[in-house]
Amino acid sequence: MTDENTAAEASAEDAAADDDAAPIETRYDVPVTFSFGDEVLHPSREQLVATATAMKADGFVSILDLFGVDYLAHPGRAVAEGLVAERFELVVTLMNHDTATRTRLRVQVPESDPVVPTLFDVYPGTEAAERETWDMFGISFDGHPDMTRILMPDGWEGHPLRKDFGIGAVPVHFKGAPAAK
Amino acid sequence: MAIIDDPQLSSSDAVPGERVYRRDGSAILRISESDAINADALTEVTADGTMVVNMGPQHPSTHGVLRLILEMEGEQVRRSKPVIGYLHTGMEKTGEQLSYLQGPTNVTRMDYASPLFSELAFSLTVEKLLGIEAPPRAQWIRMLLTELNRMSSHLLFQATNGMDMGAVSMMLFGWREREQVLRVFEKISGLRMNHNYIRPGGVAADLPDGWREDINEILDAIEPRLDEYDQLLTGQPIWRNRLQGVGTVSADECLALGVTGPLLRSTGYAWDLRRDIPYLNYEQVEFDVLVGGFGDCFDRYAIRLNEIRESIRIVRQCIDMMPPGDYRIQDKKVTPPPRGRIDESMEALIHHFKIFTEGFKVPEGEAYAAVESPRGELGCYIVSDGSAHPYRMHIRAPSFSNLQVMPHMLQDSLIADAVAIISTVDPIMGEVDR
Repeated sequence: MTDENTAAEASAEDAAADDDAAPIETRYDVPVTFSFGDEVLHPSREQLVATATAMKADGFVSILDLFGVDYLAHPGRAVAEGLVAERFELVVTLMNHDTATRTRLRVQVPESDPVVPTLFDVYPGTEAAERETWDMFGISFDGHPDMTRILMPDGWEGHPLRKDFGIGAVPVHFKGAPAAK
Repeated sequence: MAIIDDPQLSSSDAVPGERVYRRDGSAILRISESDAINADALTEVTADGTMVVNMGPQHPSTHGVLRLILEMEGEQVRRSKPVIGYLHTGMEKTGEQLSYLQGPTNVTRMDYASPLFSELAFSLTVEKLLGIEAPPRAQWIRMLLTELNRMSSHLLFQATNGMDMGAVSMMLFGWREREQVLRVFEKISGLRMNHNYIRPGGVAADLPDGWREDINEILDAIEPRLDEYDQLLTGQPIWRNRLQGVGTVSADECLALGVTGPLLRSTGYAWDLRRDIPYLNYEQVEFDVLVGGFGDCFDRYAIRLNEIRESIRIVRQCIDMMPPGDYRIQDKKVTPPPRGRIDESMEALIHHFKIFTEGFKVPEGEAYAAVESPRGELGCYIVSDGSAHPYRMHIRAPSFSNLQVMPHMLQDSLIADAVAIISTVDPIMGEVDR
């Protein structure tokens, strides 16, 4: 799918629907922006699995990465038009080997309900990455086969990569050791 | 092709000689890490004749602190689960506290066998956000050094792989050759490992006098020794029996699990970022992308051995094509003033001080850049909020993804082959756990 086609389609749709609205460019029916030459798609949580499935069928056979970002201390960031910026963001990088392109998906995840449907059924390679995202950010994945901590010890409290997780203020604790004061 | 849906079925139910593809669930043992430690699970043989065994984290062949929970049926591994996190030191969190100039000192400690690749990925991402490009000489120096680093990393693999297989002389040879490369690194960057040499905007220092002779000398020494490795190992029947047909994996499995690098290439899938999404000046040099055919341990061994030869080819071309010029960008925002200026100019002194205390500011945005490390695609994702520190710094570590394929390789193999499989996956636990 070339840029011109999509831009033309998107603007044609918009012209038909609403003359006032600025044309929102879309790919796989989700808004798209560009960041230093990379395509960035902005699906909602509900659209995530459908978008990934469509992209996989389209040649994005490999998942490179999946991780979280906590925007607690940087609320005014730019997101695609029509989207509400939430505290957490899930970033997924997919690779299309035929066209040699990487596409990023950025999913807004609200603080009040940090649950995202798992991509495990589409890309089994997300298993460890989703566990890491749960461990580090507390974003849990609905339908994941083994939603446990991966890097931190089993009994750990808190999610270290969250911005409100203290630095140097955490008592060092080990399983079975008396709690540090 | 047979697909076994029922995780309870073992390989004996398949037609002999036919390749069995399993549903993903059946290769991975989903057991809690603390349950596996309890003594009952360790000693008791369950009703279905299986037994859970912990391997590592201090097992000598686990390359650091990888722990495997293996479900054994006699001598054969059925399901398994890699347990990681023993080296987790929160380096991504640390990265948020350090300025962009200090960043490479942090990321270089992730993949300690090939530190320059992490520095390169980090620097390329910061340069993307800044909208600058390192001068040509810096780019060629980066290529020269990362290819030398690929050699030293693969030589380290040959050494540890030899040791794991019981070829102890190979261990000594591998370490010996790697040491020669590290000595060149020490001369160029001042350090054998954790160089902090590739920085945003260029490299830390120009190449020292006599670098051409030094590098040519080690290339001339190492090249014939690779032929000795071939004589020692490649054709040897014991070596072949230990590696051939062991730990096979298909290209589809690798792609679905996000596996990259020599593991993916060993399945016959030709994918190398240096050729397919070129960065630096890789489109100007000639080299071959090596692929295997069976996806077994032997292919992975052979690919790494021959990639050393390809790297030597690239290094020789880098030496020939090295242009004169700046080794770091002449942008005053990013680069501190030269040492000589500090003595004569107050402004230069202040500027120097401010760059090293406050760091330079990077425009708001998010960017991802990736390089082909000896283990696969090593990427760096940075979110900048416009300050002098990354708001979020994430490293896409190839070993982290590559480890996920291990249960699929281990399934139905002998426990003695597990050592060969771990070794040829070549995980670096520093970057797995970060």
